[in-house]
Amino acid sequence: MIETALTDLWYGFSVALEPHNILWCFVGVLVGNMVGVLPGMGPVATISILLPLTFGMKPVAAILMLAGVYYGAQYGGAICSILLNLPCHPPHAVTCLDGYPLTKQGKGGTALGITVIGSFIGASFGITEMIFLAPALVSIAMKFGPSEVCSLMLLGLLAGSTLARGSPLKGVTMTVLGLIIGIVGADIETGTPRLTFGILELYDGVEIVALALGLFGIAEFMKSINQSVTFDNKYANVKMRDMWPSAADIKKSFFPWIRGTLIGSLCALIPGTGPTIASFVSYATEKKISRNPEKFGTGAIEGVACPEASTHSSVQGDFIPTMSLGIPGDVVMALILGALMIQGIVPGPQLVSQHPDIFWGLIASFWIGNIMLVVLNVPMIGLWVKMLAVPYKYLYPSALFFICIGVYGAHNDMFQVGLTLVIGVFGYILLLLGFHPAPILLGFVLGPRFEENFRRAMLISRGDIWVFVDIKNHPISTVFVALSALLIILQIVLWLRRLKWGPRMPRVPVTPSEAEV
Amino acid sequence: MDKLFPWWKRDYYAGALMMLLGLITAYEGSTYPVGSLHQMGPGYFPLALGVLLTFLGGLIAATATAGADGEEAALPHAEWRGWACIIAGPALFILLGGSTGMLPATFACVFVAALGDRTTTLKGAFILAASITVFGVVLFHYLLKLPMPVLAWGGT
Repeated sequence: MIETALTDLWYGFSVALEPHNILWCFVGVLVGNMVGVLPGMGPVATISILLPLTFGMKPVAAILMLAGVYYGAQYGGAICSILLNLPCHPPHAVTCLDGYPLTKQGKGGTALGITVIGSFIGASFGITEMIFLAPALVSIAMKFGPSEVCSLMLLGLLAGSTLARGSPLKGVTMTVLGLIIGIVGADIETGTPRLTFGILELYDGVEIVALALGLFGIAEFMKSINQSVTFDNKYANVKMRDMWPSAADIKKSFFPWIRGTLIGSLCALIPGTGPTIASFVSYATEKKISRNPEKFGTGAIEGVACPEASTHSSVQGDFIPTMSLGIPGDVVMALILGALMIQGIVPGPQLVSQHPDIFWGLIASFWIGNIMLVVLNVPMIGLWVKMLAVPYKYLYPSALFFICIGVYGAHNDMFQVGLTLVIGVFGYILLLLGFHPAPILLGFVLGPRFEENFRRAMLISRGDIWVFVDIKNHPISTVFVALSALLIILQIVLWLRRLKWGPRMPRVPVTPSEAEV
Repeated sequence: MDKLFPWWKRDYYAGALMMLLGLITAYEGSTYPVGSLHQMGPGYFPLALGVLLTFLGGLIAATATAGADGEEAALPHAEWRGWACIIAGPALFILLGGSTGMLPATFACVFVAALGDRTTTLKGAFILAASITVFGVVLFHYLLKLPMPVLAWGGT
């Protein structure tokens, strides 16, 4: 097994090292690192803006680039948290707690150095996890029939919407709304136009670009405008030589790195618990097992090392269910699946054997991209720190233009731009009503495949709905349904407990861009 | 700056909106052939999801006062100027892009959107719009060859 994995990985490197692919990987991590640093822009908005650009690209290059934006933004986000105390990127919110005190003590450079090393350790482990686990998952998933696929999607959707940020009930509601938006357009089997309300342009369905840019572009700008957080960048003058951590710091950070990495890699496997939860869990764990927990929050280097390693191992691990099962764990993964589907590639367990260049090329590009990021972040730290000062008031009008032209360019169709605007306003209303729109995209991406498999399963079982819990013939499906039921029961129990004991206060500072989970 | 609505009403509105959307979906779904579980028609899924959404909307409204989850404090203030400018920017892009070409559309979109921020001056917005326009036209018209004229009079 190790031998085949290594041969496949070797092949992956030959794909990822093609000049064309390595260039796009570099573009991806560079843009990702940049938006990670910029307060007010996140990876979700950026990937959405870049999505129309990928239409004309080769599938491998497109995926490498979009993935690069995602993990690149994690490196940048840490800089923003540590030097400015701005939790712009939810996974790094917890890093502020100890990162900023360290910066105030003049040890910001050390904190960044520890972060970069921890990130690389975490990412490397996450990638290794993917190399060995993904093919194993694929070999199991290849045996799945329509009913198993269906119940797995149900579990994925439920976990993705209940475990993420915000009220679980509202999360599920958003997923259902996403499923409904996914229905719009001509029915695959009969060609009947559904939920188009007579609008001819909707016959092809809602474009994922219009949906993503409306929800995570326009709606997000409407939320953030004139809410600018004041920040203080007087401590943010870090140079490369400040970044080398001392031997004592490395010694203190070593075990937190390892623990963080392990927690992150576990969280990655449960859909819905992405990097954000991983970083919070690992910070809490580290604080709990520490001999002097009172030091946390005042500038403990362990409080930076552990969550950062955890975030990065979880970010890489996030790709496992996405690429091997075709089930996205969060919005970013849904967008990457969407990009695959635009290229005409059907996500699912057959992806690894049908498009090994994408799968193994992506894994190999993770290594290359992470090395690039270390190189980008250490000598160029001064440049990134300068970028922190770019104000939001210049960012969002420029981004709005890129949204307009990107959506227009995807099909040379102004209607889609209008649709984006309408979805954006609607998305903002949802935000005002306390919904987090991220699960909409999960439902939207999985919806059509869910319906197709459900119909097929019903056809095979002659309309017997109990086929999903037929333990004799479909044991795997039964397990998935049972887990889904468990999730729902768990949420109800938690809700009842909250009702009895009163609301639990949020532990996090309110972040400027909460929509990103 | 007033709060748009008191927090405890928020979930009533949220639930009502979802119920409305659910009912519309379910009604639309029921106008297509629904079929049976064995042979599902195109209307089956929309109908089922519409009913589910209505139910969830009802649940949100029903648990509105009880389900306090500590997020109420995050309700934003009304920000009409910013909202109007962010909507007007892309709207102008749509209007001008179809009739007068990329250059005026881009300029108007960025200029108007930039004015949404209270600290932006007319001069600042002008400089930003001008530079994004130059950059955008060069990138999308000359490099990426987007089939949209730079300047066109009297529509396409």
